[in-house]
Amino acid sequence: MLSKVSRYFRALPFALFLIVATILPAMAGAFEDAVAKFANDEFSDTEEAVDTLATSSNPLAYTIVSALQDDRLMADPDTKKIYVKQPDGKIIDALTGAPVDSLPDSAASVRLNNKLRRHVEAALGSLTLQSPDPAKRVQAAQSVFKTHDDAMLPAIDSALAKETNKDARLAFSEARAAILLFKEDATDAEKLEAIGIIRSRGDQEALALLTGLTGEQPPLVARAAAAATTAIQNRLAIWSAVQNAWYGLSLGSVLLLAAIGLAITFGVMGVINMAHGEMVMIGAYVTFVVQQTIRTSFPGLFDYSLLIAVPLAFLVAGAIGVLIERTIIRFLYGRPLETLLATWGLSLVLQQAVRTMFGPTNQEVGNPSWMSGSFDLGQISITYNRLWILCFTLAVFAILLAMLRYTALGLEMRAVTQNRRMAASMGIATSRVDALTFGLGSGIAGIAGVALSQIDNVSPNLGQSYIIDSFMVVVFGGVGNLWGTLVGAFTLGIANKFLEPVAGAVLGKIAILVLIILFIQKRPRGLFALKGRAVEA
Amino acid sequence: MPHVLTRSLDRSATVFLIVVAACGVLIPLSNLLLPAGSFLQVPTYLVALWGKYVCYAVLALAIDLIWGYCGILSLGHGAFFALGGYAMGMYLMRQIGSRGVYGNPILPDFMVFLNYPKLPWYWHGFDMFWFAALMVLLVPGLLAFCFGWLAFRSRVTGVYLSIITQAMTYALLLAFFRNDFGFGGNNGLTDFKDILGFNVQADGTRAALFALSCLALIIAFLICRAVVTSKLGKVLIAVRDAESRTRFLGYRVESYKLFVFTLSACMAGVAGALYVPQVGIINPSEFAPGNSIEAVIWVAVGGRGTLIGAALGAVVVNYAKTFFTSGALAPYWLFMLGALFILVTLLLPKGIIGTFNAWWEPWKAQRMAASANAVSAAREDGVSEPNMAE
Repeated sequence: MLSKVSRYFRALPFALFLIVATILPAMAGAFEDAVAKFANDEFSDTEEAVDTLATSSNPLAYTIVSALQDDRLMADPDTKKIYVKQPDGKIIDALTGAPVDSLPDSAASVRLNNKLRRHVEAALGSLTLQSPDPAKRVQAAQSVFKTHDDAMLPAIDSALAKETNKDARLAFSEARAAILLFKEDATDAEKLEAIGIIRSRGDQEALALLTGLTGEQPPLVARAAAAATTAIQNRLAIWSAVQNAWYGLSLGSVLLLAAIGLAITFGVMGVINMAHGEMVMIGAYVTFVVQQTIRTSFPGLFDYSLLIAVPLAFLVAGAIGVLIERTIIRFLYGRPLETLLATWGLSLVLQQAVRTMFGPTNQEVGNPSWMSGSFDLGQISITYNRLWILCFTLAVFAILLAMLRYTALGLEMRAVTQNRRMAASMGIATSRVDALTFGLGSGIAGIAGVALSQIDNVSPNLGQSYIIDSFMVVVFGGVGNLWGTLVGAFTLGIANKFLEPVAGAVLGKIAILVLIILFIQKRPRGLFALKGRAVEA
Repeated sequence: MPHVLTRSLDRSATVFLIVVAACGVLIPLSNLLLPAGSFLQVPTYLVALWGKYVCYAVLALAIDLIWGYCGILSLGHGAFFALGGYAMGMYLMRQIGSRGVYGNPILPDFMVFLNYPKLPWYWHGFDMFWFAALMVLLVPGLLAFCFGWLAFRSRVTGVYLSIITQAMTYALLLAFFRNDFGFGGNNGLTDFKDILGFNVQADGTRAALFALSCLALIIAFLICRAVVTSKLGKVLIAVRDAESRTRFLGYRVESYKLFVFTLSACMAGVAGALYVPQVGIINPSEFAPGNSIEAVIWVAVGGRGTLIGAALGAVVVNYAKTFFTSGALAPYWLFMLGALFILVTLLLPKGIIGTFNAWWEPWKAQRMAASANAVSAAREDGVSEPNMAE
């Protein structure tokens, strides 16, 4: 088998040389004849010319036919010369491709009628199969795959023989399989092989092709087609599950990012901070201001804008958090419901302040180049910004865990949470720890704002849309437990995305809310509840 | 000296009731009888506006009953208010009949517009007022009963309860925004024509609705007072102050909470039902969690745990809202509202009435004690005041 293949490859250059050597001169002559026919500006001549150009390998053929399609092909009846007006306005000689200074006055565009237009489209289709750009060739092969037109078979075959690019080869062989499957006089063996190729392609279009196979088919082919259909359907079901899982992870990371600061202030300190969403909003506005400064003063730094914004957002939101704790929250410890009302009022003030400063409309925050675009993984497409946000969230989570576990402040925070009076007797300045803890929670909300500015509208209402979801995550995961928040966020995110295709976006969300309400009845302290006497406090 | 407290509350309650009743009679009469433009005549738009405040006062009473006396902070009472409003709105929609834009005798305009083939099953019966009135009580009451039954039985308390009530109203908000939910989507229900055969826009109807709202406020106040001064009310206060201890004393805490929560939801529903014909529209934004929280602040401003305070707070805050949002100060209203939330919780935790009582009661008790001393001193003298000695 292997030796056969390698022999084939060794023979390939020779075969190619033969083809080129024999066909090229003939084609070149044909190309010039064909181009000359445009000068007559007769529909029948133009049709012949287009059909000839369709099989020509001259690199100018594509330019000429596409110019004809857009009325940019000019013929001079006096000199019998043909010109192409390029989309950018430059003129070239159709025969040689040499630039020409100006069009002669007698030149007029070559006329088209409806019958000709169909020929032009077909010619463009087969010409793109020979386009020097592999991506264009793949695209052309894909469109042939969808139309599976018998007439394209010779063009595909010749393209396939010449093709060296791996992706394009695959696309051509798939297009060939699609044609053969629907070809009346193809043999059973050819059809079976075609079904095999289409089955291994295994996407939505392959499925559409197989289900479109109607009429009398030999039993062997029909059975193979049915088996391939089921196989593709199963595969698609798995891929759609994978896709839902990815979307769910992405949503979960957003929820986690928004909730993680709340898990500190609410979970660790027991403070209901309704202004948490506004800390997120402030983080997003810090990003906006950073990008605005960069745009006006240091345009080269734009790709680093987020790296600058993250520490700044942490500091700004954290400082505001400390200020809030010192001026409002510390008078309200032990009165959770009053804290809730006061921080709600605070959220109104902060929103209105931002609205007054920046205006009520959405502000434009751009993606740095390393965060835009996407790549394909199997049948799903993954956008870079979602991927980065997932990584970023996990990094923030890990850093926070490490901070609580290994630093002196983390130790003090845990001590104050577990037993405030005992911690105070051990010499911990509890009120300082309170302020720093609240600042930490707010600062992390600010960081979340930097990330969320990349996928959401930056407006004064940004925070409001996350506050209820964040509370749901913390309550669902269990108060006072960061791992609970992690599990809660990803569970809710994934559950939401798996419900969405079944119930629709809004109903899915309502279902999640109802499920959480019911879940709280079952486990009033969340998934990972704190145990012990502290619970009743 | 508990009798002093009850008696003084009784007196202020009487004053409150008289004031409300006087407003309920005088404002509509002045609107209808005095010539337009006269100094004492209350314009119709003000009647509708104050009618709205009175409805809010009923809602505030409902919230105060559970928050002030039982410690249940519901951040979803706007949902019960809106559900009552929707029940009334559905009745008003059915009354439009063939006068709608599309002239369909059965289907409301938005259903014709959205190509509903026939009336959804849950719209049947709303052409009858008694049925709609029943639903105004039943729908919020039933929702509160189910919700409370689940929540209180599994001992969801405090902040957790607040957050899930918020989730409830948020879920309803999302649901009512959907067009295919059958309640008019984000436009809600509007363009009402008649209520019980009277034109909703007419001065007389507006005045009558205002009087009815005042009556509803009086009845709600009497019910709340009856509840909080009864033995039941004492248990509620015990639950508020020490839930576990009350349970250990043998009271079924969840039953008490469930009763008062359901009652409160029904009151909120009635408030919503009276609100809708006076405002002329009900839409899903009434379910917004922010509205419910704002209603809680009315109670906090007026005085949590004082019924009069709740009603007063609703009127004062909403009057301030109208006053400030209509003038040049409009952009600063949210600053003021936010500051109100913060300052009231920090500096005035008992609210207006609560703080007033805290000043007034000791002073009065002192005065009473002084006069009692004087009386006893006089009696010892045995001459100057024979009547008192008797």
